[in-house]
Amino acid sequence: MSDTTHHVVPVRVYLLVFASLLVLTYLTVAISYVDLGVFNALVAMAIAVTKAMAVILWFMHVKYSTRLTKLCVGGGFLWLMFLFALTMMDYISRNWKF
Amino acid sequence: MSTAIESKETRNYLNAGYDLKSWLLTLDHKRIGLLYLFSISFFFLLGGLFAVGIRLELLTPPGDLFQSETYNKLFTMHGIIMVFFFLIPSIPAVIGNFLIPIMIGARDLAFPRLNLLSWYVFMVGGTLAISAALMGGIDTGWTFYTPYSSTYSNSNVMVTAVGVFITGFSSILTGLNFLVSIHRMRAPGMTWFRLPLFIWAHYATSLIMVLGTPVVAVTILLVGVERMFRIGIFDPALGGDPVLFQHLFWFYSHPAVYIMILPALGVMSEIISTFTRREVFGYKFVAFSSVAIAVLGFLVWGHHMFVSSQSVYASLVFSIITYLVGVPSAIKVFNWLATIYKGSVSFGTPMIYAFGFIGLFTVGGLTGLFLAAMGLDVHVHDTYFVVAHFHYIMVGGAIMGYLGAIHFWWPKMFGRMYPEVPAKTAAWLVFVGFNFTFFPQFLLGYLGMPRRYHQYPEEFQIFNVMSSIGASVLALGYALPVFYLVWSLKKGEIAGANPWGGTGLEWKTPSPPPTENFEETPVVTEPAYSYHKEEFELVKS
Amino acid sequence: MSSHSAHATAGHPAALLHQFDTADQQKDASTLGMWLFLITEIMFFGGLFIAYIVYRNAYFDSFVAASHTLNIPLGTFNTTVLICSSLTMAMAVHSAQVGNRSRIVLFLVLTLILGAAFLGVKVIEYADKFEHHHVPGPSFQFTEGGNPKNAELFFSLYFGMTGLHALHMIIGAGILLVLIFNASKGWYTPEYYTPVEMFGLYWHFVDIVWIFLFPLLYLLGGHLPPGSGGH
Ligand SMILES: [Cu+2]
Repeated sequence: MSDTTHHVVPVRVYLLVFASLLVLTYLTVAISYVDLGVFNALVAMAIAVTKAMAVILWFMHVKYSTRLTKLCVGGGFLWLMFLFALTMMDYISRNWKF
Repeated sequence: MSTAIESKETRNYLNAGYDLKSWLLTLDHKRIGLLYLFSISFFFLLGGLFAVGIRLELLTPPGDLFQSETYNKLFTMHGIIMVFFFLIPSIPAVIGNFLIPIMIGARDLAFPRLNLLSWYVFMVGGTLAISAALMGGIDTGWTFYTPYSSTYSNSNVMVTAVGVFITGFSSILTGLNFLVSIHRMRAPGMTWFRLPLFIWAHYATSLIMVLGTPVVAVTILLVGVERMFRIGIFDPALGGDPVLFQHLFWFYSHPAVYIMILPALGVMSEIISTFTRREVFGYKFVAFSSVAIAVLGFLVWGHHMFVSSQSVYASLVFSIITYLVGVPSAIKVFNWLATIYKGSVSFGTPMIYAFGFIGLFTVGGLTGLFLAAMGLDVHVHDTYFVVAHFHYIMVGGAIMGYLGAIHFWWPKMFGRMYPEVPAKTAAWLVFVGFNFTFFPQFLLGYLGMPRRYHQYPEEFQIFNVMSSIGASVLALGYALPVFYLVWSLKKGEIAGANPWGGTGLEWKTPSPPPTENFEETPVVTEPAYSYHKEEFELVKS
Repeated sequence: MSSHSAHATAGHPAALLHQFDTADQQKDASTLGMWLFLITEIMFFGGLFIAYIVYRNAYFDSFVAASHTLNIPLGTFNTTVLICSSLTMAMAVHSAQVGNRSRIVLFLVLTLILGAAFLGVKVIEYADKFEHHHVPGPSFQFTEGGNPKNAELFFSLYFGMTGLHALHMIIGAGILLVLIFNASKGWYTPEYYTPVEMFGLYWHFVDIVWIFLFPLLYLLGGHLPPGSGGH
């Protein structure tokens, strides 16, 4: 039950994550100038989720953390999805300005 | 044996310091628990006074005692004070604070400073709520429904909202502290499945506090912002959707019901096993049912919105999942009954509360299933049927559990026994008074009396009079313990470390416990509730 | 045991607090506590995100028109700044792990400077909104397309979400000042750097919030012809 096996992430990995975050940022900006219809939102969100995952796994060390920490992160986002999914379940099945 | 305990009493958490500073700056979870005890008792009294106003007005059909605006404020402040400032902190912040570290064999919670901070945060929120009441009150109902709360109400919405917002953080900090402590502070040998069920219940409760409270906090924040700057997040006149407010509000406020009831369910497992001298039947089922209730509780909030223009398809899903919550709740009740069956039952005061709890919680739960039925809900929505249902859970369940817990652990907290005869009298008064107060409200609701009105047709008077008389009996039942418990502090019999013959770690340390809880860190070698056969035979004979 | 009651909190901050048995236990507790706190933050922002999702779907055209008035180059610049600050923060934790004390201070200062730069750009953007009467309230005007009422809702959410995000940055900057002060006194060592590490988690979380806010708020109307919304 220890987070304390201090895993020292090599600087090279940080720089790699940093570079990919920047590339993905400019990619998402570039794509937003092209009209893809509904896919604009999907692509933007896919890129944002990828970026968030990179930050969580490497910058926040979750990749090297205990199962409990991983469970915490997963649980947090799962609950957020409960909120989103069940609320949207109402909005997409009711005739409210859609 | 009792002399040995008495000599140890020379050093405990109560006599560790007498000046005000030693209380107001204490980091001891037991003292913080007592700080909460005093504060929430005050809020309970305050919320009760508002209820007195309500019951007096409803004695007669015309609205003759209060104007309708005043009446609106009475039931609103009754609800807000009772829910946010009494029920939600009640068992966790008082009993949980006091017992969780002791039960898991720790010296304190993981973050003692945070624990003290959460009490101060609670007091700041509470002070704001009280000042709102003094400034003339608030009339939105405890649910703050928009756009009335955000646009039209002329009462003190802002001050109250800020108070509730701030208090929410106290609840978050408490839950966070409990979760970390249960994960990281357990004594050697205290594995997950050796934990008392009280701990499992508080673990589940803390999950709800941590995951749900932030959502209601941001919702109230939005209401406040909307009110201040006249923007239209929830105001249909400005393009907003008031139903979105209800989604966000109930995302927390349905699970909040489980913040109130889950700790009481945990208390019941402790009392019942101790007073039947048996291991709780189906330990793992009872443990996991707490977690199941906490998780499922987040998926059912839409059952409050069947008549709020929520889509029928969404309502259908919410309705079905609501029925599912009945399963873990029933598992608990059946397992307690199986524990009592063929147990060596003794009828101490806590056990009377436990029996009362089982009956009232079952009625409250079953009528909840009525309300989860989409068709029937249209008939009884916003009637006294709903009022009766949630009072069976919150008063019949949570407060019975709280009182049971106070009596059960009183000897541990203060080292003295309460007097049995007045205690039993009070327990019976509470049970009888409660049923007289709230059972007639089921009938009233089914007959069609809506909630939140200060006048009603004459044919409803008989039930309302019954209800008001019952409320007086209930009030007597609540007042009595104040006197005999205070009396027992000085005059009660010396309790000794383990007056009930319980098996939990809290009974293995002196009463009252020393500041560090244990003379030396305990090592756990047995599952919870290991009542041995020999002892069982001994007690029986 | 009685020696415990005399609090061990005095002296060096790395000292073991009395309720813990080992330094590992103390650190594990802090880590779990921090993650649970971040979960509450996720849910707190979650309430705003769901409001955004609902109204974006309901008033898509107005939201696109309103989003089109935001300054994408400035937003992109700020995203870059924030990602840089996440890197410097990660490097500060790294320096603590390997025991390079002067570099802890250096990277924390860089993080603070980048955070301040982000907030500075935000001030420029907000000022621009005030100038164009795009701030929700009585003086709100919107003539760039869509329904002004619904565009106002977009700006309410824009100010709510970016404002709350900025508030988190400001609080973060305050904590950074304390950390820099302590780090300059050489408090943080490879054996004890929990505050730096915990603050790192917080700072990265704030970065993640922006990673979602940026496409949701700024990039809705990128594909519209440049002239169709007035800057
Ligand atoms: Cu509910």
